[in-house]
Amino acid sequence: MLTRRSVLAASAASPILASLGADEAFAATPKGIAVMGKQIDDIVAFDPAQSYEFTDNEVDGNCYNKLVTPDLTTGTTVVGDAAESWTVSPDGLTITFKMKPGIKFASGNELTAHDAAFSLQRVVKLNLTPGFIVTQFGYTKDNVEKLITAPDPTTLKMVLPKQVATSFLMFCLSANVGCIVDRATVMSHAKNGDLGNDWLKTHTAGSGPYQLISWVASDHVILEANPHAAVKVGCNRIVIKHIPEPASQLLQLEHGSIDIARDLLSENLKQLKGKADFTVLTSGQATSVYIGMNMGKPHLNKTEVHQAMKWAVDYEGIAKNIVPGTYEIAQNFLPAGLPGALTDMPFKRDVAKAKQLLAQAGYPKGFSVTMDHIAAAPYNDIAQAVQANLKDIGIDVKLLPAQAKQVFTKMRARQHELILSVWGSDYFDPNSNAQAFCADPNDANNSKLQILAWRCHFYNPPLTKMVEDAVKELDGAKRIAMYQDMQRQFRQIAPFAMLLQQNAVAVLGKGVSGLKIGPMPDYTKYADIRKA
Amino acid sequence: MNGRLRTLAATTVSVLITLFGLTVVTFFIGRVMPIDPIVAILGDHAPPDVVARVRIELGLNRPLWYQFWIFFRNLLHLDLGRSVMTTHPVLQDIGRYFPATFELATAAMIVAALIGVPLGVLAAVRQGTRTDHMVRVFSLAGSSIPVFMLAMLSLVVFYAALGWLPGTGQVSVVYDGIVPRITGMLVIDAAITGHWNTFYNALLHLIQPALVLAYFSMAYITRMTRGFMLDALRGEYITTARAKGLSTARIVWRHAFGNIWVQLITVLALTYAGLLEGAVVTETVFSWPGLGQYLTNSLLNADMNAVLGSTLVIGVIYVFLNLLADVLYRMMDPRVR
Repeated sequence: MLTRRSVLAASAASPILASLGADEAFAATPKGIAVMGKQIDDIVAFDPAQSYEFTDNEVDGNCYNKLVTPDLTTGTTVVGDAAESWTVSPDGLTITFKMKPGIKFASGNELTAHDAAFSLQRVVKLNLTPGFIVTQFGYTKDNVEKLITAPDPTTLKMVLPKQVATSFLMFCLSANVGCIVDRATVMSHAKNGDLGNDWLKTHTAGSGPYQLISWVASDHVILEANPHAAVKVGCNRIVIKHIPEPASQLLQLEHGSIDIARDLLSENLKQLKGKADFTVLTSGQATSVYIGMNMGKPHLNKTEVHQAMKWAVDYEGIAKNIVPGTYEIAQNFLPAGLPGALTDMPFKRDVAKAKQLLAQAGYPKGFSVTMDHIAAAPYNDIAQAVQANLKDIGIDVKLLPAQAKQVFTKMRARQHELILSVWGSDYFDPNSNAQAFCADPNDANNSKLQILAWRCHFYNPPLTKMVEDAVKELDGAKRIAMYQDMQRQFRQIAPFAMLLQQNAVAVLGKGVSGLKIGPMPDYTKYADIRKA
Repeated sequence: MNGRLRTLAATTVSVLITLFGLTVVTFFIGRVMPIDPIVAILGDHAPPDVVARVRIELGLNRPLWYQFWIFFRNLLHLDLGRSVMTTHPVLQDIGRYFPATFELATAAMIVAALIGVPLGVLAAVRQGTRTDHMVRVFSLAGSSIPVFMLAMLSLVVFYAALGWLPGTGQVSVVYDGIVPRITGMLVIDAAITGHWNTFYNALLHLIQPALVLAYFSMAYITRMTRGFMLDALRGEYITTARAKGLSTARIVWRHAFGNIWVQLITVLALTYAGLLEGAVVTETVFSWPGLGQYLTNSLLNADMNAVLGSTLVIGVIYVFLNLLADVLYRMMDPRVR
């Protein structure tokens, strides 16, 4: 309670606090240093051969170059990054890259084709979480040194063990796992045959505009400009502070203690409306929110039931009322922005039609079902909205909120009934999501492919074959058409109700500009961040 | 002497059994959690062959009793394993995060004891008066308002609205990484090394979380002190002291308080242990890089080595502070010797 005495005491104390440096404590962040508030407790490792989470990939994206990077203006092709040009043999099995001259690592060493070959070889040899992005082309520990070679410092030769679409390979090389590491620096820290993995988990050895100089888990990441990079950065130092609470991020942004807030929620954005000092950046992410229906459960194995649920959900209501600004409606397995993504939305809430479909499935009175979901914003509210929507057609949903990893564990064990979950594309190619949502070549427990379709017992050989055929299609336009066809079929037969696509939101404080948010974390760039 | 040795032996055995029990319970709870530790390590997208390989590498394919044996054997060598989240040995992490919690908890404890004890005494002496009611309402609010809300309210008022104190974190970005690490407690390290600007800045950052925690703990200390004092003030020796014409201050502080402070030691020790357990919520809201935040993040990431290690350390602290209170109690109170 504020009393006259406490106000007087506080007033008396304020000059003392100021004299103790309080003014400095609340002053705007220093020039040349951009301070970002972000949830960074997802970081596992910065080694590109291991990094697989949002924040570590984002940091890597600013510390490394890759051979190629997606052309984000068109979203359908790649452009050279460390590679100047490339040629593909007529049979599509050999790709020869010519490296750009003059790119230097933070150590001062020049980036050569030897570094590029070493980087891809170590991804295959270590075979950590993102390793499959390279090994799916047929590379193994035994063949990779013969098939990925650098005949001279400016030439990298990749021989494919099996035929795949060149665009598929290129987009995979543009993923974070394709970052080129400084071979000499990394190998100087190698021990016990780990190819420098232990050291590279907490350091960077790249040629990007920044280098990592400090990481304290769940506290901060500090990046400093790479003195040898060709790109001249706007801020010499980027500090990413772990601020888990979005409300705290907003508070500190308004106070000038941070320059950029990265995790604001819809309600926080509403509070910023009409405040001209702040710039809100949004960018569609390759991250989809969906409801998965486990076809291993008897009442969920009919297409009519899947369709009924898709027609029962109030997509517009959820997007407008629960997640305005932070998510958009998306009803296809390819998020907008990825090559081949369809943007039409055939489903809208139609209770009568949904009830009719449910009756056709043999459930005129509906049934009871459980739905697992992540116990965090915005999933709690979305789950409750879906529960209410399905109640209207007679489906009684019992919500089972849990911590994210618990939800994923249950789904991987195929023990869920319904699941409200999220999926982020592994790389900027339609195959990533097509394979995840459509491909289940073997529905047995020992299947080698256990992604979303398998986890929901969506065993559909024709659709699986379409996925397998599309990765081999050499004609780019034809390949895109195949994915579009796949999406149309998927909407009709799959046990997945695609709901939303995430928008990454960043709010920039007064005088701050230049942050570029990409559709995937490693395409978010800090180099142009500037402070007036 | 024999009696003392017997007591010491019994206490040691009791402590060891408690710690072993804690290890067993924490280990098995960690292993029966419905989260696959491999998913926590590799993520949801990891392919089955990599999952299977890492499961074997970590020995998670072995029977549970065997996993416990390995864990226990390593524990005896002070090896708590590696944290998935930070990639460092857990013991190293604890050495890094615990000093921040120690700094925060100690500051909070000093404030809570310095205010809570006199307030409790005051309320007891003026039982039934407006002062007593005000103190009781004040302490009731401290124990009933959720710490999360109190912390957010504090940030909104003292940081956002009034601008008197800095926001979250242990120090402003400008001073980050300047002070060499000696004790791990930033305020102390900055003072030792003569980084006075960093010292003031870190001190200012400490005020809000320490006060929020102090208020929460103070409420308990005040109520307990009041209760002890009321009992003491009803004692016949107090009536005798009054009959002798001693001053109120002397009666209250020398005679009544002199008889309750031994009991207060237990309350203060347990409160301090509670604070050291990691002021989980406060550390999260204030982005304070302490053990509480480390433990929370480890739990959310199913980083079981880190959870086990932190829980054990907290358990050890709790047991030893209890033991300390017990020893002090025996030393100070001749009746229980």
